[in-house]
Amino acid sequence: MSSRAPAILVLEDGRVFRGEAFGSVGETFGEAVFNTGMTGYQETLTDPSYYGQVVAQTAPQIGNTGWNDEDDESRRIWVAGYVVRDPSRVTSNWRAKRGLEDELSSQGIVGICEVDTRALTRHLREAGAMRVGISSRSTDAEALLAKVLASPQMAGANHVGAVTTAEPYTYAAKGPQKYTVAAVDLGIKRNTPRRLAERGITTTVYPATATVDELLSQGPDAVFLSNGPGDPATAGHQIEVTRELLRRRVPVFGICFGNQILGRALGLDTYKLKYGHRGINQPVLDRHTGKVEITAHNHGFALAAPESGEFFETEFGRVQVSHVCLNDDVVEGLTCLDAPAYSVQYHPEAAGGPHDADYLFDRLVELIQHTEGAPANA
Amino acid sequence: MPKRDDIQHVLVIGSGPIQIGQACEFDYSGTQACRVLREEGLRVTLVNSNPATIMTDPEFADATYVEPITTEVIEQIIAKEKPDALLATLGGQTALNAAVGLHGAGILEKYGVELIGADMDAIQRGEDRQQFKDVVLKVGGEVPRSAVCHSMDEVRTTVEDLGLPVVIRPSFTMGGLGSGMAHTWEDVDRIAGNGLAESPTTEVLIEESVLGWKEYELELMRDQSDNVVIVCSIENVDPMGVHTGDSVTVAPAMTLTDREYQHMRDVGIAILREVGVDTGGCNIQFAIDPATGRMIVIEMNPRVSRSSALASKATGFPIAKIAAKLAIGYTLDEIPNDITRATPAAFEPALDYVVVKVPRFTFEKFPGADPVLTTTMKSVGEAMSLGRTFQQALQKALRSTETKAAGFWTRPDPEGATLENTLEALRTAHDGTLYTAERALRLGATVDQVHQACKIDPWFLDQVAQLIDLRDEIEAAAVVDEALLRRAKRAGCSDAQIAALRPELAGEAGVRRLRHRLGLRPVFKTVDTCAAEFEAHTPYHYSTYEDETEVAPSNRPKVIILGSGPNRIGQGIEFDYSCVHAVQALRAVGYETIMVNCNPETVSTDYDTADRLYFEPLTFEDVTEVFNAEHESGKAAGGPGVIGVVVQLGGQTPLGLAERLEAAGLPVVGTSPKAIDAAEDRGVFGRLLAELGLVAPAGGTATSYEEAREVAAQVGYPVLVRPSYVLGGRGMEIVYDEDTLAGYISRATDASPEHPILIDRFLDDAVEIDVDCLCDGEDFYLGGIMEHIEEAGVHSGDSSCALPPITLGAAVIAQIRDYTAKLAFGIGVRGLMNVQYALKDEQLYVLEANPRASRTVPFVSKATAVPLAKAAARIALGATIAELRDEGMLLPEGDGSDAGPDDPISVKEVLLPFKRFRTVEGAGLDAVLGPEMKSTGEVMGIDATFGLAFAKATLAVYGKLPTSGKVFVSVADRDKRSIVFPVRRLVDLGFTVYATEGTGLVLKRHGIDFTPVARHSRAVKSEGELDAITLIGSGEIDLVITTPSASSGPRTDGWEIRSAAVVADVSCVTTIQGAAAATQAIESASRGEIRVASLQELHRRLRGAETAAA
Ligand SMILES: Nc1ncnc2c1ncn2[C@@H]1O[C@H](COP(=O)(O)OP(=O)(O)O)[C@@H](O)[C@H]1O
Ligand SMILES: Nc1ncnc2c1ncn2[C@@H]1O[C@H](COP(=O)(O)OP(=O)(O)O)[C@@H](O)[C@H]1O
Ligand SMILES: [Mg+2]
Ligand SMILES: [Mg+2]
Repeated sequence: MSSRAPAILVLEDGRVFRGEAFGSVGETFGEAVFNTGMTGYQETLTDPSYYGQVVAQTAPQIGNTGWNDEDDESRRIWVAGYVVRDPSRVTSNWRAKRGLEDELSSQGIVGICEVDTRALTRHLREAGAMRVGISSRSTDAEALLAKVLASPQMAGANHVGAVTTAEPYTYAAKGPQKYTVAAVDLGIKRNTPRRLAERGITTTVYPATATVDELLSQGPDAVFLSNGPGDPATAGHQIEVTRELLRRRVPVFGICFGNQILGRALGLDTYKLKYGHRGINQPVLDRHTGKVEITAHNHGFALAAPESGEFFETEFGRVQVSHVCLNDDVVEGLTCLDAPAYSVQYHPEAAGGPHDADYLFDRLVELIQHTEGAPANA
Repeated sequence: MPKRDDIQHVLVIGSGPIQIGQACEFDYSGTQACRVLREEGLRVTLVNSNPATIMTDPEFADATYVEPITTEVIEQIIAKEKPDALLATLGGQTALNAAVGLHGAGILEKYGVELIGADMDAIQRGEDRQQFKDVVLKVGGEVPRSAVCHSMDEVRTTVEDLGLPVVIRPSFTMGGLGSGMAHTWEDVDRIAGNGLAESPTTEVLIEESVLGWKEYELELMRDQSDNVVIVCSIENVDPMGVHTGDSVTVAPAMTLTDREYQHMRDVGIAILREVGVDTGGCNIQFAIDPATGRMIVIEMNPRVSRSSALASKATGFPIAKIAAKLAIGYTLDEIPNDITRATPAAFEPALDYVVVKVPRFTFEKFPGADPVLTTTMKSVGEAMSLGRTFQQALQKALRSTETKAAGFWTRPDPEGATLENTLEALRTAHDGTLYTAERALRLGATVDQVHQACKIDPWFLDQVAQLIDLRDEIEAAAVVDEALLRRAKRAGCSDAQIAALRPELAGEAGVRRLRHRLGLRPVFKTVDTCAAEFEAHTPYHYSTYEDETEVAPSNRPKVIILGSGPNRIGQGIEFDYSCVHAVQALRAVGYETIMVNCNPETVSTDYDTADRLYFEPLTFEDVTEVFNAEHESGKAAGGPGVIGVVVQLGGQTPLGLAERLEAAGLPVVGTSPKAIDAAEDRGVFGRLLAELGLVAPAGGTATSYEEAREVAAQVGYPVLVRPSYVLGGRGMEIVYDEDTLAGYISRATDASPEHPILIDRFLDDAVEIDVDCLCDGEDFYLGGIMEHIEEAGVHSGDSSCALPPITLGAAVIAQIRDYTAKLAFGIGVRGLMNVQYALKDEQLYVLEANPRASRTVPFVSKATAVPLAKAAARIALGATIAELRDEGMLLPEGDGSDAGPDDPISVKEVLLPFKRFRTVEGAGLDAVLGPEMKSTGEVMGIDATFGLAFAKATLAVYGKLPTSGKVFVSVADRDKRSIVFPVRRLVDLGFTVYATEGTGLVLKRHGIDFTPVARHSRAVKSEGELDAITLIGSGEIDLVITTPSASSGPRTDGWEIRSAAVVADVSCVTTIQGAAAATQAIESASRGEIRVASLQELHRRLRGAETAAA
């Protein structure tokens, strides 16, 4: 709409995109990434894993269903900036409480619309994820580029501190409580405790800085390592905690960032993908069952695949690459054969995305049952 | 799991003639299936009675049977070919029902043929509405309250308990045939009555109405290791109550949150698994209550469906192709995604554009038909378009349908349109609801008011409202500057639309000049299944106004082939067939072929048919922009760019653009636009005929009633009147007197304002002849001569015909060849031409000459084993007939005019859609044939004799051919003599005769007993005397022979009888020639002589040693 102020988007390699102001007017910086999901923008915006990133939505019609009070995946919007093609000026959904743009503005999120998001996506695909700036204040590309180059890199960034909970809190099991789980909040999404609760699990969510003793203080049946933003290489503390949990044979389940932490704890390396996996249509092969699941992804880093083979040796015994992405063979999951631990790089809790991988929460229950008797804090 | 090695030979069943609810999408899916199976090294046997399909081209199967799709015939094919497996999920409802039939008759078992793609129980669970509902409930889904009824009594009790309105739907029918929304008890009796009749299992479903809810569809695929993917979600803009086939639809779904979408996905997958569609595609429909989000499941199609074709084109995910691979054992993760090459088919396409489909209706061809859109599909075609926004896609789709209005604002509002009557009009769904909604909003209605009236989701209505805001800006702006024009183009407005709002810009041409001066050109994006996440290797493009274009440079010589747009009566799959052939022929000799079309059902819009595909409207603006993009990028790459634009093969749509395209500097190849005009312009054409010494029916043109009256007086009644420049005899009528003439002029003037009315002497009792030929300027090649069964006056597209001609003498044939050659050279044809003649009293009259590929090209090509369209494309680009003879594409010597005495006879018969339509009162339509084309599709019957060939053709259309029983006869006086012999034969064959008085008397005098029947109930005199309408309605009659008395006035006399036959679905012959042919057919059939032969065998015979090139 013409009523909007002009805005620009400048990538660190100098490529400029022009558009119009969207959300709150101002200037913002972050890592430019694209998400290919055709539904679930509310979940995407409130996913802490997007902290520090400027998200471009490849789906052109955004905001159609407005904003409701149920679908937030955390307490706020985390993206550093939002790039869309054609924002909706009305909302149409029986659950909608307000418009997307109202929400962006009230949370001070700077965005840009009417952008050739396909051209931007193709550029990021070829050139790789990179730093970006958006300004709806001034359209001086030169000036903005300078600021982009001065902004921090994603590699080496530790963002967990920014997103994790200050205080521990508990999410009660649905129905009679069967088990309890201690979750390390590296940027956890609300749907994770929900999926656990469905299985009679009460989850206590701890700050990322929690020590092993704090985590095990309530004698949980397992520890969960959540998803989260930033470079896993900077998560030294959580990696140490995980190694200790492995030593104590505490059942561990990790998702996304949690998968990278378990991987590093097992001695694997992590590396930055050229432009990452961000979408809800990613095919993952479960090597146990040979079945393909369509899954929600949001990761810019991945575990370096060990020499292919049935499994590989680690100081915690044999470990298997349990899941791989069929698009590019990226490691999508690990299963320890000699320790009660497993993890996946993608999002079984979905939200947004398909529920094909929901079974992974059942696996946690099975794991707990099998390792029962092995006292958690022995 | 890899490919199964226990299957070497697959029988594929096609979908038969094009009909409403089952159009060429199944040629697309069948063609893909055959191609895939062959690539996998399997032997493929194909049966499909429709000659106008690419799939029935000999090279697509090892054995192609252009034979009726009936249990008996298919059994013969199975016995002869001995396939291991049957693939029936890619041929629409026809193939599925055929499979059910074969299974029921124990034939699959008898010959040990395995049904692949879906097992019988799965089909039953999916298709049987009650079983399906049980499945849905079992997996925790919701369904509308309902009951299956087998009798009217059951129906009534059910409706009492559900309360009106209710939806009534028969099981095992397609396109909602026989179904409807009952608001009153009268509706209930009527619709349920028909429904019970339509359903092969005489059962109807009575269902709680969820009218006005949001309607959605999911396209799913499953492989044998139980991997499931959703290929596409589709949202209907029109709410529940309008058949999805008649709805404007959008992909992906626009108004669902992720939670709601994932719930739909979960339920859909659970249903798919429970139904047990073990491999392949299926389609599930959902309804959602906009107020509460309550979701119910409407139905599933356990097969590739019309929506699957749409979904394939919308996403780039080739459902039919993948379904075929899954059927022979592959799993999704083993099949590569053609477009990205790097990634597997086991994924869900992500779209970074919006797809809109708009249906195409032809109510104007069925006066009296109820035009209200309901649960029965009535559209005959569709156009799809892609844009980066909904507004853009919608506007492109609207202008793609080639209706009178080419998008919003291009036609004046109807006389006396007010806010009130516009809102009122919105309360019933109709063709063009969105146009009406736009008008209502423009006249001041609020989005909510419009939503209340038509139940279209407010989101879509607001999109339209935004276009109106833009319109206001464009109208108000002092000058249309770059920024405003850019926004208009980004919103999908055509130059013509903008011109309509700003007259001072000097029309479309003016806007175009301005736009080009401002450097506003579209860019072309790519359909890549993955929203640009991976590189695409298939150039499948659509236009938009943005920063970056993706047209890859290429220095090869390029040829653009313009397609035929949405199917409509008069212009259907036959033209797509010719376009595809052009692509194949030109590709084969090294040109870079570029297809432009907007019909998602077609083979031409498959991304691997041409080298490049542009899914664009076939308008002057859109076509020239494609040309510009390809030409410039080609030259920039150091090549010649576009060296040819082929307009001759897509029917009237591209032909109509020829002149402007050439004027705009595009290299239109083949017959020159000037020559085209010479054939289309009556005046010019008349003079040419005179020069050549050829005769046309006396006639003239008129622009006023006065002129018309004079011309008519001169040539003498009856006269045939019509607007010029039409295809399929639009608006054509036979007029017997001045009053009728006056009436016609007053009605017809808007049929095509810019063109005058044509008036010709109507030739009664003439034999009509169709000819297709090739000409290169030097040489002439006669493709084939078709003798019509029905007399002239029945549109060539509606009459059945035989090739070679069955009664024409050598002299006439020689004369036809001579006339046609003269015409071809006289007009200056470079490529194909179709000529229609009428033969009356030894005189050959030229009815018309069409310097383009005609409807009959596929039929002729298959009948003669000569690929005429391929030859035409080559000639257009400079090849000579002599060269093509040497290549073996054309016969080395001789041509279609010298068929040998032992050559088999090919018969074309047509499928008429009358039974799909009802009057507002629910009565049937008049089934009479006239000069205005009404058929939707055709079939071909090939055999040694005319009788057998015609019998096959009849079987192919009606699925049955009565060989005994009761025949009702009532013919016009002039036909009374000629009817005696056929009826006598029928009696000998064991038919009992019912006849009206006059006809009966004649029969009696020839010693044929009959039961007297009154013409209609009003005429019933004596107590207990039967009347024809009741008798036919009761379904007792097996065959109706009734000819309208032409002499007595308009050929509508006796319509009650014909429509009764339509309602009762009884074979109804309305011409005397048809009666004779039908009799021969019945005779041959009852002798049980029907044998099957493959096209390959036929072509080997026709082309001797050389292998068929067709
Ligand atoms: N219970 C219902 N209430 C209102 N409309 C319905 C109902 N069921 C179906 N319809 C409408 O009828 C159309 C055709 O019904 P469907 O079951 O899809 O039959 P078909 O086999 O012809 O596709 C649907 O597209 C929908 O718009
Ligand atoms: N002068 C005529 N006398 C009798 N029948 C005619 C005459 N002209 C046309 N017809 C009939 O009308 C049909 C349609 O006319 P035609 O000129 O072929 O229009 P179209 O362009 O729709 O094919 C023809 O197939 C023929 O059966
Ligand atoms: Mg349907
Ligand atoms: Mg004609």
